[in-house]
Amino acid sequence: MTTLSHYLLLSALIFAVGMAGALTRRNAILVLVGIELMLNAANLNLIAFWRYGPHPEALTGVMFAVFSITVAAAEAAVGLGLILALHRHMQTTDLDKVTGMKG
Amino acid sequence: MSEIVRNLWLIPALPMLAAGVCALLKRGRRRLSAGLAIGAMAGALGLSVAALVEAMRAGGAAETFNFVWLQFGTEWLKLGWVLNPLTAVMLVMVSFVGLLIFIYSVGYMETDENFGRFFCFLALFAGAMLGVVISNSLLLLFMCWELVGLTSYLLIGFWFEKPSAAAAAKKAFIVTRIGDLGFFLGMMWLYAGSGTLLFYDHGAGCLEHTALARLVAQAGVLGLPAAGIIAILIFCGAAGKSGQVPLHVWLPDAMEGPTPVSALIHAATMVAAGVFLMARIYPLLAASAANLGSAAALGSAASVEPTPALMVVTWVGAITAVFAAVIAVGQYDIKRILAYSTVSQLGYMMMGIGVGGAAVGMFHLITHAFFKALLFLGAGSVIHGCGGEQDIRKMGGLRKLMPVTFAAYTAGMLALCGLPLVVSGFWSKDAILHAASEWSVSHVPFYLGTIGALLTAFYMTRQMAYVFAGTLRLPEGEAQHGHGGHHAGVHESPAVMTVPLVILAVFAVGLGFIGTPAWPWFQSFLNGGQASFELKALAGEGMLAVMATSSVIVLAGLGLGWMIYGRRGIASAEAPDAVGAKMPAVFATLGAAFYVDALYAATVVRLNNFAARMSARLDRWVFGGAVRTVTGTVSGLAHLDRFTDETLVNGGFDEGCESVTLGGLILSLLQGGRVQNYMRGIGTALVVLAALMMWGAR
Repeated sequence: MTTLSHYLLLSALIFAVGMAGALTRRNAILVLVGIELMLNAANLNLIAFWRYGPHPEALTGVMFAVFSITVAAAEAAVGLGLILALHRHMQTTDLDKVTGMKG
Repeated sequence: MSEIVRNLWLIPALPMLAAGVCALLKRGRRRLSAGLAIGAMAGALGLSVAALVEAMRAGGAAETFNFVWLQFGTEWLKLGWVLNPLTAVMLVMVSFVGLLIFIYSVGYMETDENFGRFFCFLALFAGAMLGVVISNSLLLLFMCWELVGLTSYLLIGFWFEKPSAAAAAKKAFIVTRIGDLGFFLGMMWLYAGSGTLLFYDHGAGCLEHTALARLVAQAGVLGLPAAGIIAILIFCGAAGKSGQVPLHVWLPDAMEGPTPVSALIHAATMVAAGVFLMARIYPLLAASAANLGSAAALGSAASVEPTPALMVVTWVGAITAVFAAVIAVGQYDIKRILAYSTVSQLGYMMMGIGVGGAAVGMFHLITHAFFKALLFLGAGSVIHGCGGEQDIRKMGGLRKLMPVTFAAYTAGMLALCGLPLVVSGFWSKDAILHAASEWSVSHVPFYLGTIGALLTAFYMTRQMAYVFAGTLRLPEGEAQHGHGGHHAGVHESPAVMTVPLVILAVFAVGLGFIGTPAWPWFQSFLNGGQASFELKALAGEGMLAVMATSSVIVLAGLGLGWMIYGRRGIASAEAPDAVGAKMPAVFATLGAAFYVDALYAATVVRLNNFAARMSARLDRWVFGGAVRTVTGTVSGLAHLDRFTDETLVNGGFDEGCESVTLGGLILSLLQGGRVQNYMRGIGTALVVLAALMMWGAR
């Protein structure tokens, strides 16, 4: 029997894994992967709250999730474009070496 | 008032303007600057002749043009110019002689690189001298007088790279300044006593009856009336300028200047300015109660009773006349002989004014200007021809090499000696001697004058014998004018130099006929009367006796000179002087000009140096000490101030600045450039936020 708590725990786990990857990885692409994981953890929450919520028939959760995935796709495109430009400019995707914005 | 009187200022203004333009010209514009100066001088001569014609028409009356210069307190200081016969003859003489000397200078200064500067100074001098002549105010006269002194200084020191020329210029300036101090005091006193410095002002001028009567009534010092003291003080200035004993020392040294300068300034015009000044203020010199009673007598000779001021002028003049003539005998430099001769002749002029009135002195001044300018220009021609040699022992035989110069020089020499009946110098000197023989105080000036005449004839004959007779003694290779002649190129000067000589020679001989006893036109013109031709005047009042005496004296002098120097000729440049061989001690004294310079060096100059050293010490220790104390205090205060500023004010400010900078630094650490650090911050914040929401909601 799966309850809301199970979904939330899974979602928290995915978020934690994504956040850990985003914070610890040095490669910009893997950081982007981490961010996508966190985003999808949030999507999972949306679906779970909708499914166990007071109005499961209203499809509101699915709508939110679809919009969120659309935005995430666009965001991933922009992020990858940035990474490509970065690589073309500096011949690296190692974030530790990209410190040109240092104060 | 006629046009010429109103525009009399143009006469000095023209040369001054030319000088101003010359000063602005570039150095290479030689022809333009000479042309400007000569043109301006010609213009001045034209106006001077017009002024002379006007003065003859006016018949002796002084025509003036006065204007207000400045106001101080309730008093107005007025300047102005005057046209009277004295002004007119002086104007014509100065501009005419000046013009000839300007033209001559074109030839003489041909190779000098500072040609333009020379003409600038010369024109400035001419302007200032003409200014002295036309002034109707003692103050304006004094200003021009000082300008004349300045240009004299500049021109004596024209070749200032020669140390002797620079020293001579300084000496001339300082010695004349000593005289001018007296002049200045006299001027102040005159202003205090009479309230005006204008000479003629329709009855209110200081040379007119009202003011003179006031000055005679005022008490001066030493038992003299104020008028006498003022006149003697002003005479100090005239004595300095005219090289009277004891202020004569600068004039022989002034011969360091270029020869046209010696001719124009130190023979013809500037040194005569002192005599002119005496003639100008003659009413003041002769002011006494007795003379003022017969006011008509002022200016005319015989009836003036000698005043103390006139006696001072006479004695100083007579002593100078003999003193300088004696020195001239022992000199070897062609220009120094002429310089001492000038001093001697200036003494004659002073004596003439003292014993015979303004007209007598002025007549000699005018004739002397012509023949002495001629002699100097002739000497310049000789020096030019001999390549800069001035020692008469190394000359000789120039009679054949420079015939035109020789002829002109002879005319000048005879005029200076006063060859009887022919030349101008005879008539003007005779007028002085005649007046001296009738002087009521003493006959000594007459005897001194006679001795001076004898000596003049003697030393001029000596000079002629050295320079023109015999054979050339110039050492080979010394005259490098390079004409390729048989003897080192001693040559006659170009026409631009000889033509002025010839013109001057004509005047040197002929000018005497305007003032002979038979037809005393000059004297009458100056005194405002009419001249009539009377041959029998030649025989009147002991005139013949004086003329005969002076003729004999002059001929004796010429003959003595010929006996000693001319007859045997000068053997070689090293041979001792014929007089010097007989009396070496006396001759050495003469050569050293009676050691007057040495005396001044041992007394006045030494005293002055001592005073200067004491002043330096006073300055260094007393005043300097005070100044050092004050500066020390101020600088201590300044140090304190700096300390306060640097530690307190700056310290506080620096602290503020540093904390701001530190804050900036700390804040800038936040922007590390690492994206993941930012993210970490966001994550931490998120956790904190979540924790707060979780526990805070309870």
